[in-house]
Amino acid sequence: MNPTLEQLCEQFGRLVGPAPAASAAPAAPPAPGPVQRTDHAAKGYDLDVSVAPLQVVMAAEILDRSGFGLDAVTGVDWLAQGQMEVVYDYFHPTTPLRVAVRTRVPRAQPEVPTITAIFPGANWHERETHDFFGLVFTGHPNLKPLLLPEDATFHPLRKDYQS
Amino acid sequence: MPGAECQVPNDGSVTGAAGVPQSTIRDPQSTIPQETFVLNLGPQHPAAHGVLRVLMTMDGEWITRAEPVIGYIHRMHEKMGENRTWAKFLPNTSRIDYLSAMHYTHAFVGAVERGAKIEVPPRAEYLRVITSELNRIASHMVWWGALLSDLGGLTPFLYAFDDRELILDLLEGLCGARLTYCYYRFGGVCNDADDDFLRGCRQFVRHMPARLKLYHDLVTGNIILRKRLEGIGPISAEMCRKYGATGPVIRGAGVAYDVRRVEPYSIYPQFDFEIPTFPQGDSMARYLVRMAEMEQSLRIIDQALDKIPAGPVMGKVPRVLRLPPGDYCYAVEAARGRFLVRIVSDGKDVPYRVRLRTPSFSNLSLFEEASRGMILPDALAMMGTLDLVIPDIDR
Repeated sequence: MNPTLEQLCEQFGRLVGPAPAASAAPAAPPAPGPVQRTDHAAKGYDLDVSVAPLQVVMAAEILDRSGFGLDAVTGVDWLAQGQMEVVYDYFHPTTPLRVAVRTRVPRAQPEVPTITAIFPGANWHERETHDFFGLVFTGHPNLKPLLLPEDATFHPLRKDYQS
Repeated sequence: MPGAECQVPNDGSVTGAAGVPQSTIRDPQSTIPQETFVLNLGPQHPAAHGVLRVLMTMDGEWITRAEPVIGYIHRMHEKMGENRTWAKFLPNTSRIDYLSAMHYTHAFVGAVERGAKIEVPPRAEYLRVITSELNRIASHMVWWGALLSDLGGLTPFLYAFDDRELILDLLEGLCGARLTYCYYRFGGVCNDADDDFLRGCRQFVRHMPARLKLYHDLVTGNIILRKRLEGIGPISAEMCRKYGATGPVIRGAGVAYDVRRVEPYSIYPQFDFEIPTFPQGDSMARYLVRMAEMEQSLRIIDQALDKIPAGPVMGKVPRVLRLPPGDYCYAVEAARGRFLVRIVSDGKDVPYRVRLRTPSFSNLSLFEEASRGMILPDALAMMGTLDLVIPDIDR
């Protein structure tokens, strides 16, 4: 049975809690919620979900139950904010639904739990993200360099990386 | 000596009750301790199609664990994306999968056009479809020739390259490059097709069906090929989903997943074509998917040649390209599967982050699980049907 956007919104809504209360000042635009529908034609995906770092595994479970496949795991270094973002892209083999799950961790302690137990394909993606960003995927069975040399201690996609 | 009690010598001299050499049968219930050894396939090996190394722990002929070791030609394209303008990064994208360059540049220009809201004129979209499908056929021809030479038949390679040359000549006439095309630009394509190109495409579309029939007659029914591929290396739809394997690998497992159909882009919805699938999930299914895909690509090119409109081939593009802050994804069906570009812009004229999700990477990542318990020659046949391009994995 193919999942619908409404079902996913509801399941993710239960995971990340209700949308934040409306701002006190009525003139201010409402803050974007953690579960956002996006226009596929404008962004390339339909659902944008922001979760807490420890919730990425539960988010992966929701998508796994709905028949999604793992597309990619990647990082983005937000140096100015002192944060690292981890983005999980999911595709669905029979519907045009695409979901991006994202979480942010402090740069000083960039740790997120691994999702390899749910999607074994995340193994290499997480190793690669560890190579490039120094993100630590806790519980990963084999977090050694994948694309970089085996003795690499640098993380080239960090914005403060100097070659 | 730990393996001394092993009573079956490896030379096949001891025969079992049925007269079958015991060394060719591995009884999974056997309690006889087996010595394993490590076999290092590559990084320079003719069956690996480039610098791929597979660290294999072998139990005789059987693979107990095959761990691909990658990164030998890692070039850090994603870092290069962060220190040059959007336009200057474009040629990089054609050098990731050198056999599928049109599709890769398509995904990158698609992502940038999506972010900058650039309109592409219809003629350019038609030219993109025609060249993408020509590129897909050329890529599948290389796969076909390479797979068969892996399996010991060297002649088919020459047939495939004979026909592939026609495509390379056409594309060279159109954009100057034979392999690493940079034909697509933000807002269109860099050069309008002349009558020679369109006539050449038409001739090619008429020429190929007889050749594909010849390929099938010469090779597909061949008993050696069938013995090497049928029932070998099964990959289930579930495994494809868990590892993110796409393209002919997932279609060979019976799932009609094709980005052109499921997540339509460009003008693909206007064409009438099928998504070939085979439910067996074995190496033969992946072989047959690619063979059938070449026919479908010819159908698409034929329709596009009928309908291609006149007009400009470039839209309006700002001189200095700056994308509004945010992230934009664009996926295409490359010859090896789903290629996704995720770009993050912070409003400057250089990308903040470029993520290249390549199909060969995900397709190879299931090799360790899929090859467990196979004999070595079968695993290499399976690897051939994954259609790996190593620069596509290493980036």
